[in-house]
Amino acid sequence: MATAAPTLRHAELPAAVRAWRWFRANVLFMYTGFAILYLMLPVMVIILFGFNDPAGRSNFVWQGFTLDYWLDPLGVAGLANAVVLSLEIAFLSTLAATILGTLIALALVRYGFRGRGAANMLIALPMATPEIVLGASLLTMFVAIGQPPFFPLSFFTILIAHIMFNISYVVVTVRARLAGFPRHLEEAAMDLGANEWTTFWKVTFPLIFPGILAAALLAFSLSIDDFVITNFTSGKTQTFPMYIYAKSRIGIPVQVNVIGTLIFVIAVGSVLISTLAQRRNRAA
Amino acid sequence: MGAFLRRNRRLVPYLLLAPGLLWLLLFYVYPGFQMAITSFWSGSLEKGFTFALENWTNYTAALSRFSGYYVRSIGYSAAATILTFLIAYPLAYTIAFRGGRAKNLLLFLVVAPFFTSFLLRTISWKIILGDSGIVFGPLKDVGLLPEDFRVLATPVAVVSGLTYDFLPFMTLPIYVALEKVDKRLVEAAQDLYAGPWRRGGTIVGIVLGGGLGLLLGQIFGYWPPFLAVGGAVAGAIIGALLISESFVRVTFPLSLPGVFAGSLLTFIPSMGDYINAEFLGNPDTRMIGNVIQNRFLTQTDYPTAAALSFILMAGMLAAVAVYARALGTEELTTGRV
Repeated sequence: MATAAPTLRHAELPAAVRAWRWFRANVLFMYTGFAILYLMLPVMVIILFGFNDPAGRSNFVWQGFTLDYWLDPLGVAGLANAVVLSLEIAFLSTLAATILGTLIALALVRYGFRGRGAANMLIALPMATPEIVLGASLLTMFVAIGQPPFFPLSFFTILIAHIMFNISYVVVTVRARLAGFPRHLEEAAMDLGANEWTTFWKVTFPLIFPGILAAALLAFSLSIDDFVITNFTSGKTQTFPMYIYAKSRIGIPVQVNVIGTLIFVIAVGSVLISTLAQRRNRAA
Repeated sequence: MGAFLRRNRRLVPYLLLAPGLLWLLLFYVYPGFQMAITSFWSGSLEKGFTFALENWTNYTAALSRFSGYYVRSIGYSAAATILTFLIAYPLAYTIAFRGGRAKNLLLFLVVAPFFTSFLLRTISWKIILGDSGIVFGPLKDVGLLPEDFRVLATPVAVVSGLTYDFLPFMTLPIYVALEKVDKRLVEAAQDLYAGPWRRGGTIVGIVLGGGLGLLLGQIFGYWPPFLAVGGAVAGAIIGALLISESFVRVTFPLSLPGVFAGSLLTFIPSMGDYINAEFLGNPDTRMIGNVIQNRFLTQTDYPTAAALSFILMAGMLAAVAVYARALGTEELTTGRV
């Protein structure tokens, strides 16, 4: 007994120590796995419930697998209109905000001028303002004006709001790209006799284009998913998120999950493609 | 045009800025003024509104009636910010220091939820946390949880929803700050005998963990001593066994700008949120955002709603200013986001 106990402990100890060392070395990876799982769980539920075959109106309990709703993704009243409207607003607001924001970013990075601090402040503030205040203050303005095209609220007022909140995000994204910009390439073009206009289109623009594209992707995804600001500026006009909100009281059609999944797949796909394209550009 | 610009080079930046900034002045700054004016209105949508300075009573009336909602919103947002920080920090740390070749993939997975609808994600939590949903249903069937146990429609669900929504906003700035940390500084600290952090870690862990448990217990309305003891035990274990002195003295202080930016990016939108409270809460968990939304869009009581929004905005700016001074970071206020 006297000899058995120490040998037993001796055999046990390294195992425990080894287990502890293994735990210490891997605890962060296990944790990261759980955190990613936690982040993706609702996304998986959204995708899964696009294949559900609910008994009644509400799509909250898993009843059985079906492809019916995938074969008929727009087969419910009002959904097609809402999706088309969201796409239109996202497209137009992205176009406008990308142009306006890129011009601002160029001015902020390229030129020293009076009032720069104030301009920076004006860009940062909308991103630091709660969405509900952005939407609510626009609503008070539209109500105070009280006549078309601002009131009653419409497609036009949603578009104004979306361009407004997108500008800052475009500026920040493009500016990040411009900050590490190789100025000597432009100087070389100018030395070789190109004027400023030619230099911009032949040298500057191709180089900052990936940044502009990233900004446009961001703006598009912010616009197509915006609920809070749209809720305050849309009136009776229904975008896709507004459609979901309206239906959430009486039961969300399964098709909404199908469209949500499609948007997810398309967004992930376009980000992957733009990343790969950028990587190939850098390699070339 | 070209010749004109060449002669007036100093005008170029202003011409580039003009269209975009004009848009922001018209549709961001001006609406803010209009909201201030609206808060001094009286009347109704049917009879028309009139402006008068003596309508400052809108503010006192709004505050006396709805101050409880502000307090609740601050509590929920603070809890969500702390929880997001606790979840995000180890995640950002692992990606920054141990990510290796998977770094970009992991970062992509962190932001991937943004590619699905915010509303649908919140509604998903309703499915996940449901009384007999995929998490609690099986646990109740086995008898591990009592039948009447519920998370949905409680403050815990609302705070969980907020925590989930803003996790990427907390993770990314912390990751960016950690990524910039010079690894040689950490090695230098270890060379200078920075080892495990046993005694300090135990004490700090007990104090922080216990305090946190108490705070969350208070906000959730559960038995606070239980959470406080649990928090203290967990804090002591983590502090003593998993945290090293070099992390406390070098890495963590250098990552504070990221923590600062992340907590603002979580706290500010949480304060204005009303979707989580609406879908995951009950009438007693309504936040100030729900009140503002309801006053504006259902009751069309624009003056009160504008006063409430204005108080929210002003309180937020004041809090950000105090917080910026306390932590001494100027990243957000100088516009370098």
